[in-house]
Amino acid sequence: MSVSVVYAILVTSLATFLSRFLGAVSSQGIKETSKIFKWFNCLAYATLAALIARTIIFPVGVLNEAGYLLRLIVVILSLAVFFVSKRNYVYPTIFSAVCMALLASYFN
Amino acid sequence: MINKKIFFKGYKSILAHDSPAIALGCCFIAIGALLKNLGFNIQESIFSTMLTYALPGSLVMAESLLVGASLLNIFLAVWFVNARLYPMAVSLFPLMMHKNQPKWKYYFSCHFIAVSAWLIMKSNYKSIPKEQRIDYWIGIGSATWSVAVLGTFLGFYFSEFLNKEIMMGLAILNPIYFLCMMVGASKTIQITLSVLLGAILGPIFYFFSPEWSILLGGVVGGTAAYLIGEINVS
Repeated sequence: MSVSVVYAILVTSLATFLSRFLGAVSSQGIKETSKIFKWFNCLAYATLAALIARTIIFPVGVLNEAGYLLRLIVVILSLAVFFVSKRNYVYPTIFSAVCMALLASYFN
Repeated sequence: MINKKIFFKGYKSILAHDSPAIALGCCFIAIGALLKNLGFNIQESIFSTMLTYALPGSLVMAESLLVGASLLNIFLAVWFVNARLYPMAVSLFPLMMHKNQPKWKYYFSCHFIAVSAWLIMKSNYKSIPKEQRIDYWIGIGSATWSVAVLGTFLGFYFSEFLNKEIMMGLAILNPIYFLCMMVGASKTIQITLSVLLGAILGPIFYFFSPEWSILLGGVVGGTAAYLIGEINVS
């Protein structure tokens, strides 16, 4: 490694805190009924959806070793479990991990 | 100071039946194992989760270290990937602002802004009086933050028992949890469209600029969803 781990951690936390802090400071004076609040709400949900889609379609790290098809199957099955379990969040989540581990050990 | 009753009410929210605690904990188990494999010691791993407390940012840092990136590169890469926290903060803090509460609570608790805590707060804030929401938020944030630190600790020490397939299972768990929460939160035209457009545009923009894809997908998709929603209402 070319740089010290401690410096890397400090730089990472500073870069992360910056967005949080600027958000907290600039949100002062914004009313929850205002148009700008609604717009930022849409931006936040769209950004999260973009992040999730990118994590699944173009993953970083170990998930990259599981093929596209494998990831797609796990996503579809997990969403099916989500709707079948009457929109419970825990069942599809646990199911996805077990399903991915089993399918990966079978196909890879 | 902090209203203890409300704080613990927020803290206990991670014990709910649809809590993100399991998903979040498992993801940080994966992070703990990853950091150990990268050569971090236990103090550095815990320190990293405590100070950063944002999964994609930690992953980017780990990847950057692996390829020998400079500190400036790490800063910019993490800043880009975690810039989503800015609109999340702007769309959360106005719900908690109250003139009777000191400013330091808001500046201190902005560290807890992360997808899990944000989604819990967004779905529960209406049941808490506005003056007390900041204490409730600090409770939720402290709870999810503790789970993240505990997960990192467990992942670090149990990494030798985790094979590649289990790591894959742990890695898919968080996006699936967030995906389900986003589908569950899609109750208005604006939010539903934001989620759909963000999910479609994010990967499309990846082909043009991997670094900017999440932000561009969020800004273009979110703005389009907002405008369509406004036109629809009027």
